[in-house]
Formats: sequence, structure tokens, C-alpha cells
Amino acid sequence: MEWDFNVIWYIIVGVLLVGYAILDGFDFGVGILHLFTKNDHDRRIMLNSIGPVWDGNEVWLVTAGGALFAAFPEVYATAFSGFYLAFMLLLFSLIFRAVSIEFRSKEENKKWRQFWDVSFSAGSLLASFLFGVAIGNAVIGMNIGADLEYQGTFLALLNPYSLLCGVFTVTMFALQGSVYLNIKTEGELQKQVLGWFKVIFPVFVVLFLILTGITVMQRPEMLANFSFGKIKSLASHSLIAHYSTEISIVAWLVVSLNVLSIANIPRAIAKGKPYFAFFSSSCTIAALVSLFALGIFPNMLISSANPDFSLNIYNGSSSQYTLRTMFFIAIWGMPFVIAYTSLIYWTYRGKTVLNEHSY
Amino acid sequence: MDVEFLSRLQFAVTAMFHYIFPPFSIGMGLLMVIFESLFLITKKPIYERITRFWIKIFAANFSVGVATGIVLEFEFGTNWATYSRYVGDIFGSPLAAEGIFAFFLESGFLAILLFGWNRVSKPMHLFATCMVFIGSVLSGFWIVVANSWQQTPVAYELVMHNGIERAVITDFWEMVFNPSSLVRFQHVIFGAFVQGAFLVISVSAYYLLKNKYTDFAKRSLKIAMIVATVTSLLQLLLGDLSAQIVRKYQPSKMAAMEGVFETQKNAPLYIMGWVDEEKRETKGLAIPGMLSLLSYGTTEGEIKGLNDIPEENWPKVNATFQTYHIMVAIGMLLIALTLYSTYLMARKKLFEKKWLLKIFVVSVVLPVAANQLGWVTAEIGRQPWVVYGLLKTTHGVSKAVTAPEVLTSLILFFLVYILLFFVWIYVLDKEIKHGPEHFEDAPYAGFSRKEDRLDSFENK
Repeated sequence: MEWDFNVIWYIIVGVLLVGYAILDGFDFGVGILHLFTKNDHDRRIMLNSIGPVWDGNEVWLVTAGGALFAAFPEVYATAFSGFYLAFMLLLFSLIFRAVSIEFRSKEENKKWRQFWDVSFSAGSLLASFLFGVAIGNAVIGMNIGADLEYQGTFLALLNPYSLLCGVFTVTMFALQGSVYLNIKTEGELQKQVLGWFKVIFPVFVVLFLILTGITVMQRPEMLANFSFGKIKSLASHSLIAHYSTEISIVAWLVVSLNVLSIANIPRAIAKGKPYFAFFSSSCTIAALVSLFALGIFPNMLISSANPDFSLNIYNGSSSQYTLRTMFFIAIWGMPFVIAYTSLIYWTYRGKTVLNEHSY
Repeated sequence: MDVEFLSRLQFAVTAMFHYIFPPFSIGMGLLMVIFESLFLITKKPIYERITRFWIKIFAANFSVGVATGIVLEFEFGTNWATYSRYVGDIFGSPLAAEGIFAFFLESGFLAILLFGWNRVSKPMHLFATCMVFIGSVLSGFWIVVANSWQQTPVAYELVMHNGIERAVITDFWEMVFNPSSLVRFQHVIFGAFVQGAFLVISVSAYYLLKNKYTDFAKRSLKIAMIVATVTSLLQLLLGDLSAQIVRKYQPSKMAAMEGVFETQKNAPLYIMGWVDEEKRETKGLAIPGMLSLLSYGTTEGEIKGLNDIPEENWPKVNATFQTYHIMVAIGMLLIALTLYSTYLMARKKLFEKKWLLKIFVVSVVLPVAANQLGWVTAEIGRQPWVVYGLLKTTHGVSKAVTAPEVLTSLILFFLVYILLFFVWIYVLDKEIKHGPEHFEDAPYAGFSRKEDRLDSFENK
């Protein structure tokens, strides 16, 4: 068991989550910042900056969910039933966010628009927060029993570490959203966006440092795959055993990428290179998700009750036959996905302008 | 109220509410492809207006469909975790394939369909419309595949994993093309075509009654009527093929659909009736021998009765019987309505009959009801199984979830969906009253330089 389909699927699910976090990340960010704009024209620019793309971005979540179900059904089942109320809240947030974009423009009435503005923004904020809480619980460990079922309560999911992860995710997406809006807006609104950026970025950096510190203190095992084999990981894997040096080098490269990309965001913005800034903030998100994935590998959900009850890429997975078949299906589909996505972003490149089709 | 009951109720509420929208999207997708093709072929501006108006209606419908659809994919994990563990190896695959092959295609080209009228060339826009339509049909395909495997499970074996039994695939394509998937897929998609066509018929008839946009409405209505007539008729055939699959692979469902207790040859086909489950008898208006004849081509064909099936494996017989029969009755009504209308259309008298136009306005609820009832029949008729003959619904519920949690989410779904439904109706009503005349004569694509295109927006 070195490079088997379980590892490959772990990476595919990771790639889908990275894609989702980068793409829907800026949608959520725009939503989180939405209420800070004061007039209707600006709010329409905000909505229409993501208008043609948000639906496609959400498909990354749907596909990641489908991929998790197909490749790691036990993880899908444990996580979703364990996080029951949290996931329901997430679903309601996503529903409100989606319909708000569509419904807001259908009526001139001020109260109507105000309602959908608030629901769009609150939905985006809550969804971002809950994603962070979910990731936080996966890192800190949740009370999974011998039957692989979550034994704890909803309130246990709202532990301080996970709440901090939630706040951090909100900040990260707000940052991504502000960097995206810098591309899409012009004039006064763009100045306002840059003003937000100047507030969000330092908060993000501070939270990033705090969170990294707490994670290393609370979960030193997270560093196992960064330690050139010096720290024992929670679960063993032959890849870790044989290639601990290579894995650690990759891990530290990701760390460097993370630091460089974070540092480059304000630099690129100051130099007037909005696309480079967006590329950097996207790299930041990709690096953070990768660090998380490297930290828990080969586990997927860590049991705080007993490490043996953790769900990993083997006890959580589908059969080898399904993993292999679905791998080839995914490989066939991916070029198409990349083609559509590129086509859409190319068609709607440039500054957002309002026309009769706009929301 | 236990977790199982509440979870079933929640799944029913969320699935049925969701299923109001996708058939409209699929059916209107077909019509938009036809309208836009006509525009490109004839180059008549009226078809441009027709296409663009229905795109607007489509958009309002599509977003609610997306928003409510995401719930269903996650509900297998939240409420049916044990089911997900048991069949995830099989059931997850079509859902993943749906994301990769259908949703990306649909959502990507949707951006061009909705916002691209002035941004891309005419043929490119038509191409996008076709892709959105194909994407929606493909998504229908994969989801029906997943559900059909629950109805007619094949190509699996039972293995032990983490000390628990589960089903795994032995042959992916055999699973995809399981005995019921293709027939049920066609039945579902044609049901969607009927529903989409009737929305166009309904709105057009409303304009004709108001004497507004008559050229627009007549052309829309005629094309939609042809689509509705053909697809309603084909539904009869597809429904029959679907029922034959049920008879062959799901005898308990067939027996419940027709209220058959004694295994019998020369079995009757009920037009309408009532099942007394206590006394084990069905009363009503029936055609003798017809069920055997339809199933086997001869009245000698033997239909298995519920008395030969253990009672713990029965579905709710009268409920299955009634939902099925009302669906068939609506189907027949739609065939009669569309055939008569097509006959009048051929004689150029269709638009003279006010009473018929009034019926058209409300008629859109009929295919919606038929599509809903068809799914209800399929799902409650499969009970007590969640995977027919393999896993009972009661063994599929999540173990980590408590009844108060499900009750909380269920109440929230009720409230949120009621709000969504009325807002959707309100928005649709507003779009319809706004009418198709307000599109600006925007210059077409074909700008060679980016600056030209941006100017053309700002000058408005």
C-alpha cells in the first residue's frame, strides 16, 4: 500500500475542496462584505461580480460531496450525521445565499432588497463560519466511538478551537473576496474595497499566526508529516514510513509557498497587479487546505476517544473496484470541467458592468 | 415520533419540494433550444423575444432548483448515514458522476445562457442553451440511475467491512444500466418535458386571455402544444414499459399499485377504486383481464398477489394504489387535452375558445401533480425496503442523530420552503405580468474590440 487508489482519492477530494475553497471562497467573501456597501448601485455591482460564476463554484461543493460519498462513504456518513445540526444550518445558509442573488433584483422596493441583502450576507457569513468549524473539529478530533459513529453533542462541536477556525475561515474568505472585488470593481467602490482589504489583511495574518500556534500546541501530531520522521504520526502509512523525508520536504515547500503567497498579496495590490494578488490569495487558500490535509494524513476524521476509532483512507473507503472505476471516470471528466470553468471566467473577465441581464 | 419517521417525512418534504423545479428546467430547456433554433433559422425578431422571455422565467426557476437540490445530496449522509455506509460504494458513484458530467456542464453554460446574450455570438449562445439542456438531462440520468439501483439492485456483492456488512459494486456499467434505469430515465425526462411545455402553454394562454402580446403567445403556445402532445402520448408507452419492469422485478410494488391480493391470471385493471387492507380486497371500476393482458400480452398472464408476500414486506397498499391511479388518470387527461387542442390547432380554431384557454392557464398544475405522484408511487411502493429486497428503510437511518434534532430541521425546512414557494410564485407572477416586450434592442455580439463592447453597455 504505497501509491494506491485510496491515496489518490484522498488527493482528488483535497483538490476538489481546494477548488471549492478558492472559488466559492471569493463568493462568500463578497457576501460577507456585501452589507458594507451603502448604495443600491454598489450592491448590484457586488452581486453581479459573482453573478455568472457562483452557481458553477457551488458545483465544486456538490462534486466534492459526491466524491466523498463515492470514495469514502464511511467518512461521509460519520461526518454528516455527526455534524447534523451544523450541516442543516449550512444548508439553510446556502439556500438563502443562492435565492437571494436571484430574487433581490426582482423588486425595486427598498425593504425587499434590504431583506435579500441581509439574507445573502448572513448566509455567506454563516456558511463560511460553519465550514471552518467543521475543519476545526476534524483537526482537534471528535468523539467517534468504536462503531465509527459520532457520540458527542452539537454543542461539543462548538469548542473554542473550532470556533476560532470558524472565525479564521470567515476572515480568509473575506480576504479572498476583497482581492477578487479589487479586480471586478473600479472608481469609488474599488477604493472602498481596498479600504476593507487594509483592515482584513492584518486581522488575517494575526489570526493565522494564533491559529498555527494553537494547532501546534494542541495537536503536535499534526507536525508528524513535517518532521522528517522525528514525530510519530497518529496513524501509520507505508508512504510515511518510506518517504518521510520527501513528504517533509513537500510539506515545508507548501509552508514556504503559504508564507510567500500571504506576503505577496499586499505587495501585488500595492503594485497595481490585482490578478497577481488574486493568484496569491488563492495560493494561500490552496496551501492552507494542503497543510491541513498533510497534517491529518492518512486520517480523515480523528477520534478524540481512541486513535483506533479514527476514520482513515482505508477503513473509511469504498472497495478497490469502485475507487479504480471512479478514478477513471474522474480523469475523463476533469478536462471538461477545466474547459467550462476557463470558458466562463474568460467570457466574464474584466470589470463588472450592469446591464439589462444583471441582478 | 421517532428518528425514522421524522427522517422519512423530511426526505419526502425536501425531495418533493425540490422536484417542483427540475422538471420545469428540463422541459423549458428543450423549448428554449427549439425557440432559439427557430430564431437562428428564421432570423425573425419575434423568436428572439420568445427565447429571451422564457430564459427569464427559466432563471427564476433554476436557482430555486439548485438551492433545494444541494440539500438532497447531503441528506443521505445526515439522515441516512447507515444506508450511506451500506451502499455508499454503489450509490455514491452516480452522484459523483452527476457532479462531474452534468452539473459542471449545466452551471458553466448557464452563465452564458443567462448573461451572455450580448457577450457572445448567436451560434455560441444557442450552443450554450443546448449544453444547459443536455446538462440538465444528464443530471436526470445519473440521479435516476442511483434511484433505479435502489429499485432493481444488480451487480453487487455483500462483503464485510469494519465488521459490518455492506454492498459493493461488481460491475459498474451493469449497475448503471440496471434493469429499470433506462426505462425510468425516459419516463422521468418525458414527464419533465410535459411539465415544461405546460408552463409555456399556461403563461401564453394567460396573455391571450388578456389580449396582450398575442403574436408572442400564439407562437409560444403552438410550439409548446406540439411538444406537450407528443410527449404526453409517449408517456403512455413509457409508463407501460415502466410498469412491466415493476411487475417483473418488484412484485410487491406491482401488487400494491393495482391492489392485487390473490395471485391470479386474467387480472383486472382498475380505472379507479379503493383498497381495504384489513379485508384484503379491492373494489372499484375495473376492466377484466386487462392487467394480465398489458403485462404479458395475454389474459393468461399471472400477476403475483400480496397474499403470497409476507405482510411485513408490504408497502402501504391503498396509498400506493391511489397515487398510482391518480397519476395515470392525470396522464390520460393530459393526452385528451393535448390531442383535442392539436386537433383544434390544425383546424385553426384553437385560440377562439376562451374556456379552453382558461383551462390552459391552470393546467400546469396537472403535470406537476403527475410527476410528484409518480415519484411517490415509486418510493412508497418500494417500502419497507430502501434497497428493494436488500436493505429495509428502518435499517438505514443515522445512529448519531436524535429525534429532536430531526424535528428541528424538519420544522425549519417547512418554514423556509413555504417562504421560498411564495416568493418564487410572486417573482414568477411579476415576470409574467412584466411581459416579453421590455427587452432592449441591444446590439448583437461580434464586437472586435473590448472597448466597443463596454461602451455599448454604458451608453444605455
